[in-house]
Amino acid sequence: IRFILIQNRWYMQFDDDEKQKLIEEVHAVVTVRDAKHTNFVEFRNFKIIYRRYAGLYFCICVDVNDNNLAYLEAIHNFVLNEYFHNVCELDLVFNFYKVYTVVDEMFLAGEIRETSQTKVLKQLLMLQSLE
Amino acid sequence: MPAVSKGDGMRGLAVFISDIRNCKSKEAEIKRINKELANIRSKFKGDKALDGYSKKKYVCKLLFIFLLGHDIDFGHMEAVNLLSSNKYTEKQIGYLFISVLVNSNSELIRLINNAIKNDLASRNPTFMCLALHCIANVGSREMGEAFAADIPRILVAGDSMDSVKQSAALCLLRLYKASPDLVPMGEWTARVVHLLNDQHMGVVTAAVSLITCLCKKNPDDFKTCISLAVSRLSRIVSSASTDLQDYTYYFVPAPWLSVKLLRLLQCYPPPEDAAVKGRLVECLETVLNKAQEPPKSKKVQHSNAKNAILFETISLIIHYDSEPNLLVRACNQLGQFLQHRETNLRYLALESMCTLASSEFSHEAVKTHIDTVINALKTERDVSVRQRAADLLYAMCDRSNAKQIVSEMLRYLETADYAIREEIVLKVAILAEKYAVDYSWYVDTILNLIRIAGDYVSEEVWYRVLQIVTNRDDVQGYAAKTVFEALQAPACHENMVKVGGYILGEFGNLIAGDPRSSPPVQFSLLHSKFHLCSVATRALLLSTYIKFINLFPETKATIQGVLRAGSQLRNADVELQQRAVEYLTLSSVASTDVLATVLEEMPPFPERESSILAKLKRKKGPGAASALDDGRRDPSSNDINGGVEPTPSTVSTPSPSADLLGLRAAPPPAAPPASAGAGNLLVDVFDGPAAQPSLGPTPEEAFLSELEPPAPESPMALLADPAPAADPGPEDIGPPIPEADELLNKFVCKNNGVLFENQLLQIGVKSEFRQNLGRMYLFYGNKTSVQFQNFSPTVVHPGDLQTHILSGLGQPPTKRVAAQVDGGAQVQQVLNIECLRDFLTPPLLSLPVTINKFFQPTEMAAQDFFQRWKQLSLPQQEAQKIFKANHPMDAEVTKAKLLGFGSALLDNVDPNPENFVGAGIIQTKALQVGCLLRLEPNAQAQMYRLTLRTSKEPVSRHLCELLAQQF
Repeated sequence: IRFILIQNRWYMQFDDDEKQKLIEEVHAVVTVRDAKHTNFVEFRNFKIIYRRYAGLYFCICVDVNDNNLAYLEAIHNFVLNEYFHNVCELDLVFNFYKVYTVVDEMFLAGEIRETSQTKVLKQLLMLQSLE
Repeated sequence: MPAVSKGDGMRGLAVFISDIRNCKSKEAEIKRINKELANIRSKFKGDKALDGYSKKKYVCKLLFIFLLGHDIDFGHMEAVNLLSSNKYTEKQIGYLFISVLVNSNSELIRLINNAIKNDLASRNPTFMCLALHCIANVGSREMGEAFAADIPRILVAGDSMDSVKQSAALCLLRLYKASPDLVPMGEWTARVVHLLNDQHMGVVTAAVSLITCLCKKNPDDFKTCISLAVSRLSRIVSSASTDLQDYTYYFVPAPWLSVKLLRLLQCYPPPEDAAVKGRLVECLETVLNKAQEPPKSKKVQHSNAKNAILFETISLIIHYDSEPNLLVRACNQLGQFLQHRETNLRYLALESMCTLASSEFSHEAVKTHIDTVINALKTERDVSVRQRAADLLYAMCDRSNAKQIVSEMLRYLETADYAIREEIVLKVAILAEKYAVDYSWYVDTILNLIRIAGDYVSEEVWYRVLQIVTNRDDVQGYAAKTVFEALQAPACHENMVKVGGYILGEFGNLIAGDPRSSPPVQFSLLHSKFHLCSVATRALLLSTYIKFINLFPETKATIQGVLRAGSQLRNADVELQQRAVEYLTLSSVASTDVLATVLEEMPPFPERESSILAKLKRKKGPGAASALDDGRRDPSSNDINGGVEPTPSTVSTPSPSADLLGLRAAPPPAAPPASAGAGNLLVDVFDGPAAQPSLGPTPEEAFLSELEPPAPESPMALLADPAPAADPGPEDIGPPIPEADELLNKFVCKNNGVLFENQLLQIGVKSEFRQNLGRMYLFYGNKTSVQFQNFSPTVVHPGDLQTHILSGLGQPPTKRVAAQVDGGAQVQQVLNIECLRDFLTPPLLSLPVTINKFFQPTEMAAQDFFQRWKQLSLPQQEAQKIFKANHPMDAEVTKAKLLGFGSALLDNVDPNPENFVGAGIIQTKALQVGCLLRLEPNAQAQMYRLTLRTSKEPVSRHLCELLAQQF
């Protein structure tokens, strides 16, 4: 994974201007697509795998020979929904610092770290109980 | 406002965030932010020491402000202070701030590293993970220097918690990617590999990623991972849908881990250990079988997870490219997906099939889907899917379907999205050139390209058509006639004017006899376009005009008038002015003879790699170049796929049916080249005695294979003593070719692949054969990180092989193999081969040059076949073998192998449809050997009977031996 755009996590070095530009470009290529299109878009030398939940797009940028479907389901496996109980955009804004924790539990250094929702939720609840 | 979850919420933060969200304008937002920044600054500067909670809250606010896109230039110190807090929530905010707003202030880095060090040593798994995540997210060199040595220890320590191991593995991965030199391999590597056996699947998931990354640079250190990965994979794919509990995702056991394991295996060639390989093949088969089972859930998540594994499995099968049975099954599976209602699956199937098309085993199977793919090109709504369809058509194209594919692509071009037009144009141009049997078709195709998408036809494309027309005199008249007609369209593209101008200037005389295209008509047609054209085109047309003066003296006066006009002689453009002045003077002062010499027809262009192909490679980026290369399989196999047509201009080749079996006495072998010095020998071959008109590739072949001109200038002869193939220095590489026979067998039915590989060196081979000539490209890859010195590959011909086959290591001057090969680099060498007589033992360095490479497939009707079969009824002309099948008996695979072997496959000859019958001629310089073959599979007994009849006894036996080992 090169970067994740939800709560933005970058696994490659970009400077801030470049990051902003990337976000805008990804937004431009992804939002014009409809349900009949694939969930994959070629993007520069990479590809974007994205999934749309209501108005929210979850995008992951990966290398061109990475496994599309595996990352598509990795997005779905992302436990935000379970953690926040029917997540909406506001949850993500107000709890942005917790979202980072969730991301780091599941993805680290651009790789999938943990795939068991049960294990991740248990860990998050444990952390929640800490002062 | 949503409820900020439970106890640890920071009320002040929530209020601030909702204030910001309530701001009606950008200005209001900035005002609110500035107010907050001032507040935080005063709090940080105040005399009163802040408690941990306040610090956390303010740092978090600063982070939020930063994420909104504002610069933050203070607060770093407070964040660093939070790192040493004992409270998780405070520490977490501190680390988050640091990892998002990295600052290279050296004083701060020292403090941060100190805090990380303490947390890593704390034995508190939560704190350790926070510290590891911070390193993994920042990944800076400074952090690498400070921690690269500690992390492997934490990773393999017996008492580390599972979650810590997971984080440590990926943290190490990030450091290795950022600064590989800082992560020394050590005794920990073996223990890392054993993490693949860990009970905790999360640990395995993280460890596989790490190993996959590390093994790419140090394959041998991690080689033991192959068997561990296979057994782990095998346990997962054979488990029931609920066995893995937490790691089952919509009834699919551990999909991500399976995918990662399959990717790890793609870093290596197929397992050498037969048991491991058997187990792996079983896994792959299980995955393919499961794809046919009814789904356990209707949810798309279920099928996606299942198919993620399936596609990765297919990638591995393609990577191995050695299991014909699996390749064909993979292709059939993808074929089903081509018509699936999920767009994602159709897209991925097209993409994956594209790589299958370049495998010799599955190429034919891929071709059967051509209609579906063409339909996709026409009807898919998503342009990226259409693009994959176009890629696949390009990859599956060969002589048998080129006309259909090119015409479909041309049709698509009329409505294609602008973004991909240029690429389609390049592809059409390449296919048309590569598979042209009939050059008028090629010319028509290129002119159609210009007509349909002139703006996207780059210089490379129209230069190429000119080169080809110039080099082939059989198409020049047709080309002149066609461009003349095309130019009559009222609005024609400027590129058409360029091509037309050039061709008429060279070959306009060929159509001048027809009054409808008499010289004055040609001239006025061209000149009617002149004024609308760019400077470059007008310059080209001026050259055409001066050529006309030579070709058609009757146009001289008119053309001189045009050149003399003020608009030319005093043109503001220097180039145009100069041409007008010079051409005018030339036409007035030079005698007819001088004029004829100066303006003579252009000489043929030297053949070289198609500039169009080079351009397509550039467009696709470096990664795609190899894929394109793979896509262009050697012309000989294309011939096979395409069946019969003998290439048109190979005058020297007797038509196959005329002399199929070489029964008519072959011309006596030209006295075998005096077995003089090797150098002489080669000169003999390439400069060729005049008595042997068939020497060197004909223009046709040279054109098709885009090779160097027919007679490479003095190829370097390197026939020498049987020294080891390469001398990489002090280290002994051991016997050069272990199990050479086995290696050779691998190449009997295919032309490309890895010939040899050890720790130091990889030799790849790509070869193409045509009649009795062959060209082999050898790629020497230095797998070490040090330079090879005095690198000098040598070919040795054992015994009297020299009188049977000639091979020389020749390098085009521009591609000389360097004596040094840098670490990690690859050099290429070209080997020219001529088969003089039939031969049995291949050259040393064990080049996969076996006699069947010089097969020319021959189509014939049943009646002819039987007649010839009977003619070869002497006992010594026949060789027969009955043997047990070593591979699954699949008709498609067998067909692919027989075609790869080189003979034509004849349908409807054998009364038993299960049997295979083939025919071909072995082309050598001295003689041709007609060969007939028949393969009778017996599925029940798992046996084959193979019969070869040829006009030469040893050839029958040898071919029979070679081929029998393939089934």
